[in-house]
Amino acid sequence: MSVVNLPVKEEPLDGRGLPLDAAEAQMFRRPSEWRIFWEAFSRDRLAVGAAVLIGLVCLVSLLAPVLAPYDPTVGDNALRLAPVGTPGHPLGLDGQGRDILSRLIWGGQVSIIIALLPVTVASLISVLLGLVAGFFGGKVDMVIMRALDVFFAFPAVLLAVAIAGVLGPGMLNVMLSLTIVLIPYISRVAYMATVTVKSELFVDQARVSGARPSQILFHHILPNTLSPVIVYGSTLVGILIVLGAGLSFLGLGITPPRPDWGIMCSDGRNFLSVAPHVSAVPGIMLILVAMSFNIVGDGLRDALDPKLRK
Amino acid sequence: MSPAVSDALLEVDDLHTHFHLKNKTVRAVNGVSFAIKRGEIVGIAGESGAGKSVACLSILRLVPSPGRIERGRILFSGEDLLTKSDRQMRDLRGQTVSMVFEDPLNSLDPAYTVGSLIGEALILHKGLSRREARTKAGELLRLVGIPDPERRLDNYAHELSGGMQQRVMIAIALSCDPALLIADNPTTALDVTIQIQILDLVKQLRDRLGMGVLWITHDLGVVAKLCDRVVIMYAGEVMEQGRVYDVLKHPRHPYTRRLIDALPKLGRPDQRLLPIEGRPPDPANLPAGCPFAPRCHRARPECETGEVPLVETGDGRAVRCLFPEE
Amino acid sequence: MLKFLVYRVATIVPVLLGVSIVVFLMMKLIPGDPAEAILGPAATTEKIEMVRKSLGLDRPFYVQYVRWLWKVVQGDFGTSIAVNVPVAQLVWPKFWNTVLLTAGSLVICIVVGLGVGIVSGTRQYSWFDRISMSLTLVVANTPAFWLGLILMVVLALYLGWFPATGMYSMRASEKTVADLIHHMVLPAITTASVSAAIIARLVRSSFLDVIRKHYITALRAKGLSERDIILRHGMKNALPPIINIVGLQVGYLMGGALFTEVVFSWPGIGLQIYSSIVARDLPVVQAAVLVTTFVFVLVNLGTDVVVAALDPRIRRA
Repeated sequence: MSVVNLPVKEEPLDGRGLPLDAAEAQMFRRPSEWRIFWEAFSRDRLAVGAAVLIGLVCLVSLLAPVLAPYDPTVGDNALRLAPVGTPGHPLGLDGQGRDILSRLIWGGQVSIIIALLPVTVASLISVLLGLVAGFFGGKVDMVIMRALDVFFAFPAVLLAVAIAGVLGPGMLNVMLSLTIVLIPYISRVAYMATVTVKSELFVDQARVSGARPSQILFHHILPNTLSPVIVYGSTLVGILIVLGAGLSFLGLGITPPRPDWGIMCSDGRNFLSVAPHVSAVPGIMLILVAMSFNIVGDGLRDALDPKLRK
Repeated sequence: MSPAVSDALLEVDDLHTHFHLKNKTVRAVNGVSFAIKRGEIVGIAGESGAGKSVACLSILRLVPSPGRIERGRILFSGEDLLTKSDRQMRDLRGQTVSMVFEDPLNSLDPAYTVGSLIGEALILHKGLSRREARTKAGELLRLVGIPDPERRLDNYAHELSGGMQQRVMIAIALSCDPALLIADNPTTALDVTIQIQILDLVKQLRDRLGMGVLWITHDLGVVAKLCDRVVIMYAGEVMEQGRVYDVLKHPRHPYTRRLIDALPKLGRPDQRLLPIEGRPPDPANLPAGCPFAPRCHRARPECETGEVPLVETGDGRAVRCLFPEE
Repeated sequence: MLKFLVYRVATIVPVLLGVSIVVFLMMKLIPGDPAEAILGPAATTEKIEMVRKSLGLDRPFYVQYVRWLWKVVQGDFGTSIAVNVPVAQLVWPKFWNTVLLTAGSLVICIVVGLGVGIVSGTRQYSWFDRISMSLTLVVANTPAFWLGLILMVVLALYLGWFPATGMYSMRASEKTVADLIHHMVLPAITTASVSAAIIARLVRSSFLDVIRKHYITALRAKGLSERDIILRHGMKNALPPIINIVGLQVGYLMGGALFTEVVFSWPGIGLQIYSSIVARDLPVVQAAVLVTTFVFVLVNLGTDVVVAALDPRIRRA
């Protein structure tokens, strides 16, 4: 037992399955792997710009109590529906005379969390499901993946609306429904990655060198399933911001008078012909942020894929 | 320039094809001249990257996007193809001049049956009906030696073996009785036995149909077996050309000599193969003078400065070397 | 091919059963007692017990499920709590209105998506390509409900080119196709927007893929014109992934139509789901979700079969 249980070293392999020589192996060491990734990503100017925008929006939302010029829930009736550029209210006021900029800043908190948290939680659950199904195969694989197929069969938007609707309005319920909707999608990605990695030579090699299944699972397979999940997840955040806002728009999300970007779009519906900016402004914000996540996701994908890196 | 020789089918004259990349210009073909007579098989040989394939694509004006034909003339039956309209070129392609590619599986559209791929050119160029094209396609498959051709017509490329696929490619190329067949490394992907079958087939077809053949290869063995004349290319230039027997038996250019020495010979198990040291020059950064000079054991200082002209020595033989072997 | 067909049809049976279980359980998991919901807060305990019994709620879960499923298979989805009519009667006409809207959106998706995608894919890095790809990136991330509002403001309220809401004009004496199409333009564009952008991007990349293949050069060498190469050979080879994504988008359109229907008051199943949720009329939500998902599964099945039929490698297997 002790004879075969040598410390497992991950032997980097090139395309033909031959061990690389030491100099080349140097390139595959973890820190420089990160550096390569970072260099590739930072060269993608659009993606960096998008990441900066996301960071900025998150920061401003976090600092809402400090940065928001007005209380987002209290209106000034005299200035109802005042347009963009009103002195003191650069983005104008809504139907109840509330400052749109302040609502935008406060609403950012909700709109981003409503997307970010479900993606994170669903990713964790999905990696676990995908890893277990892909690694153990057989009956476990069948039960997990067939069960996910069932959820996959629903049109995603419909399932989210139905679950959120049945559970009743509220931010927690919206996040729960989004998490449920996401799991089958992310699990498939994690599962495919696991199955692919499992059949690669370095896993065979680890197995031959006597690594325990848990070692193989956590040291060899898990790290390799993470990057596709992270890439996919970051793209999903954009979609989820839009979908989450949609649920709020339907009145299934956060309860008024607290704002989020979806509810703000909905608030403006009654004043479309007199004050279109009430709906337009939060919508533009949604597009910008969702698009940024999308661009960052593409940038991550390109930077993590050695084939695209050149 | 001398007027076109009366019996020349194709005459390529001082052809330059360059690829303009973002910050450099790759000179893939750099002043190539050669000619093919009717019914003649001419081989173009050289290492990979010598510009052979680009030269061929240039003849059909199919050089891919950043590439452009910069200079030269391509006379086909005395007419310059570089002055023809796109329309005229399309009429010519696949009809009078046709081409066979290196990788048969990837060169056959996977979504169509072999029969419809062969028939396509017939319908396009000869105005045949679908039914007539199919009959003719069957005949063509028989011509290139595919057994049970009627049944094969309904196969897709991936359902055939590599040798069969290449025969299909040749059948497509022959479908409109071309005057010139250009074959770009058509046998590299095939087994040696299949390769020999294909070479025999091409020879037979040439004898029967009287077409000219331009055969690109990096295998001098194929040249020896198949060709009447050979053009040795290196770094986008012609190093030597002449009748196959003359060039292979008495090479005059050091590069040709080294290519022959690098070839294993039957019945000489003790022989050491001599690889050519060094690498071909970067086509984006060609040296002044002879491009082979840096790797040449006979090179002298003069070789590295100034153009080295291609000198004709009679009997269709030409050498681009200041100090050729006698 | 037949084997594939049988196999693929067989796989949807457990999926549909699973879907029915999920939908059934979804209604069971809601907080509160359905009997109470039907009778309202003023009901007596006895009365509630009676209703529970009549609904079969006193039986074990699996019995309730089998009974429910048996009825559903026969087209009986129960009775609407809010309006007290059979759910099926309520849902089917709405469902067809959604099918109409989805079909209209699909046409837009295919025409715009394929058109933009093919032109972009065959002219990479041209001005058209750059502009259309930036535009599709924006549109793919635009919330449909917001786009709907903007289109409504500009094209219906300001310019008055199209009606803002509904499916037919109120004043019209007769329901005409022209009137329907006039009403459908804005909702269909709204519903199609995201999918059209996604399809355009995918068509572009799948054409870029195909156009770089060796056989395209071989076809040029055969003397084919660029048009023939793109439309005959490029299309046939790029088609399977395109059909795949279009099939997926049908499901997205049916789901996404919900937002459009709410914005434009289109009397479809999405609007029905929305108003039933608001009214907590859950049997209707249940039926609507079930029917839509069923159709979605069938569309996916159809897509797979068409893709398989187009791919000789699968067809011959």
